[in-house]
Amino acid sequence: MSDHSHEDAHRGASLEFEIIETAMRELLIEKGIVSEAELQRQEEEDEKKTPENGARIVAKFWSDPTFRERALADGKAAAAETGLDMNVAPDLVFLENTPSLHHVTVCTLCSCSPTFVLGPPPSWYKGTVYRKRVVRDPRGALKEFGTELPEGVEVRVVDVTTETRYLVIPVRPSGSEGMSEEELARLVNRESMFGVRLADSP
Amino acid sequence: MMASARPTFQPGDAVRIQRRHHEGHHRTPAYLKGQRGIVDHVMDEARNPETLAYGQDGTPRIRVYQVRFTQRELWPSPAGGPKDSLHFDVFEHWLEHAD
Repeated sequence: MSDHSHEDAHRGASLEFEIIETAMRELLIEKGIVSEAELQRQEEEDEKKTPENGARIVAKFWSDPTFRERALADGKAAAAETGLDMNVAPDLVFLENTPSLHHVTVCTLCSCSPTFVLGPPPSWYKGTVYRKRVVRDPRGALKEFGTELPEGVEVRVVDVTTETRYLVIPVRPSGSEGMSEEELARLVNRESMFGVRLADSP
Repeated sequence: MMASARPTFQPGDAVRIQRRHHEGHHRTPAYLKGQRGIVDHVMDEARNPETLAYGQDGTPRIRVYQVRFTQRELWPSPAGGPKDSLHFDVFEHWLEHAD
């Protein structure tokens, strides 16, 4: 099977799901289970969930040692401190990368990720290629993202299987000394919070 | 109530993920079934996805452990460094003691 027909098959499936989703949504509204306004509000809430939220947490983690301690003790409470509504969010654990330990996250069973702080998972994260490869050959998978780690670094894959969510704190890049939290946040790319890339250099 | 029960497994214990078939939804990946690891730390109890997935409330809650595997033990021809590892969170009823 060529890549092309494979993609077509995917498009067919997603179109089918779109039709099912529309039918379900219309039925729920028609039966008075949810209202159009409620759905609208939920959509607006979902749109607020973006990787910038995670980047702000990472920047604060780098700059404020007492925040770092609180974040390592209770990730969810720390995220709430930055202004995020974490009331219905699952538990959140921060995985701090260091020069000798590099975490990378995956959900081999589906696509669990900390959407409250990163938004919907990227398509590569949901794809079977990444999910199969990163557990089997993490360094090879990281190389595809342009990330090469020295042999002496422990690469630790975290396979997300329960309701606890994990966010990687990348190593603070050199040359970022003295930068403000706002400036630091701009160095934190989304992929670095899954551990497949490093934070950007200033 | 199970909440106060002392966890069956402790950090440092050698454990094996049970190699068994489970009909229906469960959160134990096939590639880890039968594998030996070490309990890294004891986590909170969590709702059981095996009943939660079918409209029940997932109680009684079940203890979760984070188990650590070394890449070199996990795969027949592993790539990467000797310290490279894999962690995953597993429900207690999928664990057994190992040598």
